[in-house]
Amino acid sequence: MKSIKELEAIREKALKELSIRDNENKTRIVVGMATCGIAAGARQVMNAFVDELNKRNIHSVNVTMTGCVGVCRFEPIAEVIEASGEKTTYVKLDADKARRIVAEHIVNGRPVLEFTIGAAEK
Amino acid sequence: MIYRSHVLICAGTGCTASKSADIAEEMHKLLVDRGIDSEVKIVKTGCFGLCEKGPIMVVYPEGATYSRVTLKDVPEIVDEHLVKGRIVKRLLLGDKEAKDVAKSLENVGFFSKQKRIALRNCGIINPENIDEYIAYDGYKALAKVLTEMTPQEVIDVIKKSGLRGRGGAGFPTGLKWQFAAQAEGDEKFVCCNADEGDPGAFMDRSVLEGDPHSVLEAMTIAGYAIGARQGYIYVRAEYPIAVQRLRIAIGQAREYGLLGENIFGTDFSFDIDLRLGAGAFVCGEETALMTSIEGHRGEPRTRPPFPAVKGLFGKPTLLNNVETYANIPVIINKGPEWFASIGTEKSKGTKVFAVGGKINNTGLVEIPMGTTLREVIYDIGGGIPNGKKFKAAQTGGPSGGCIPASHIDTPIDYDSLTELGSMMGSGGLIIMDEDTCMVDIAKFFLEFTVDESCGKCPPCRIGTKRMHEILEKITQGKGEESDIEKLETLANNIKKSALCGLGQTAPNPVLSTLRYFRDEYLAHVREKKCPAGVCKALVHYVILEDKCKGCTLCAKKCPVGAISGELKKPHTIDIAKCIKCGVCMESCKFKAIITQ
Repeated sequence: MKSIKELEAIREKALKELSIRDNENKTRIVVGMATCGIAAGARQVMNAFVDELNKRNIHSVNVTMTGCVGVCRFEPIAEVIEASGEKTTYVKLDADKARRIVAEHIVNGRPVLEFTIGAAEK
Repeated sequence: MIYRSHVLICAGTGCTASKSADIAEEMHKLLVDRGIDSEVKIVKTGCFGLCEKGPIMVVYPEGATYSRVTLKDVPEIVDEHLVKGRIVKRLLLGDKEAKDVAKSLENVGFFSKQKRIALRNCGIINPENIDEYIAYDGYKALAKVLTEMTPQEVIDVIKKSGLRGRGGAGFPTGLKWQFAAQAEGDEKFVCCNADEGDPGAFMDRSVLEGDPHSVLEAMTIAGYAIGARQGYIYVRAEYPIAVQRLRIAIGQAREYGLLGENIFGTDFSFDIDLRLGAGAFVCGEETALMTSIEGHRGEPRTRPPFPAVKGLFGKPTLLNNVETYANIPVIINKGPEWFASIGTEKSKGTKVFAVGGKINNTGLVEIPMGTTLREVIYDIGGGIPNGKKFKAAQTGGPSGGCIPASHIDTPIDYDSLTELGSMMGSGGLIIMDEDTCMVDIAKFFLEFTVDESCGKCPPCRIGTKRMHEILEKITQGKGEESDIEKLETLANNIKKSALCGLGQTAPNPVLSTLRYFRDEYLAHVREKKCPAGVCKALVHYVILEDKCKGCTLCAKKCPVGAISGELKKPHTIDIAKCIKCGVCMESCKFKAIITQ
């Protein structure tokens, strides 16, 4: 270790990985991972969320799983729950849609209305 | 590699004993089998503190804390939680009525009154990964000290914080550093006392197992402050996991250049080596410890000269305990004012206690100084099992004394405990209920010091032996009232004349039980009775005629055939044959057998 910069670089890198263990005041993306969700491809959706967030260096968002919410025909389902409690439910997802949600909703703060449950119900 | 989930499994000694290593291995196998081993990371951490409920497992990002996890539970956790995202509620740690909430550790009663400074990383990071330590501000204090502060500034910060030695005596740490810095010598040493020897104490072990880098960082800071370039950690070989993690940590620190030549590009160089002790209690005494590091038989010597002047290899030496060191990096990072704002007027910061004995939540707790014993026992410790009454708490192990129930609201700090005739000690806290005989407890601790006396000075070698003989006599029912006076005289003489701390404090358990429970000693001596029913020679088992239904169960269970009587008629015990094993009392369904 020859400089504080070096230490700081290691710290930054390690913190990213550890951010998952801190779940206070963070936006959560909750993916439905019951049998119905998994069968419809929820695993790929979840991995896409994790991967895209990491690519964009976003560590203020946790991706977690939940069980069946009851509307199995809309699986894979994911909900974006912001720290304020504001909730958006996305349905019939795939990996590409997940990446778009990260880009538009998480990064730019604009929910992707066309993927929401409201749009699908119309 | 980014994982979507981290599974933290406690790998401290307690949880390892209840198979946490096997659980981690089984989980890894299942993760591979389910094809999610690249999504879920298993992290082995240090002690969470709640050893009673171990093995402990925490699953992130949900923060779900599972307790008493067994091998059989692993498939369910993997398939339900990690595959499907459904928390396994039946394993959740928490209050029974709140079982459906995924409580985070901080919300559990056990943790809510604690304040973790020395244990800040225990159960949080992987102790075998230096990066995780660095992530939580590790080695930041060292960087600050080496690049921004003079050695005297470092010492001033420690002085200002009010930190006192956590090994037992409570000497102001900053002052100790000042003495070592002022001592003249071409070579100086920094030593760490990790020879934790009190029966039932495991604070230092948990710090070393859960956060070894904090000790390495603090020792390096100390080296800079006093002008040393070599450190030694004296740790007992009976702590294999701690030794292993220290070895890994030293290796990683050397690799990163945080130990070695020109740390952070400065002129300062420092390295640390381990010295393993064979587990003699006396080697926790500072002069004996250094004698042992030098390769000699671990025996103490007279002081002065104090180690700060003439210590290891005759050179000025700074010796602090593990927990003391663990506080140092935080004090540097957060400032002495922050540290001094915690605790009481003369005892700053927090203290770690290993709580054991008759208490529901056996484990490791860190509390702000000034917390009362009542809070520790009832709020954090979950109270006494089986609805029994609290009788006394023993602090400071074989060097300390007991605090009776009447003083349960005493704030825990150095001075209050000393006033009560006990001591802070290194942090062993043994809780005793109404079934404990205080004479027997005093005898137990004295037996320990008799065994562990190194034999160099007669007051300790011979005196403690004589005291033990008197106690043996009293518990056998052969004691006289003059024995109690003899005990007191001997105790006070040993305290004054023994060579080192071991002998000087050995009489404390006797003196303190005499102070608060003299009536129990008198009952043993005058009435030949043991009020708690512990001392076998003084206990008689009796069957109450009106309660005995004549079921014959006790007669069948008695291993020596001392119980006789007809079916459906009250039985009797032949005292001459009875060996006082207590099996009859345990087996009786009508509570008809009592001790007298």
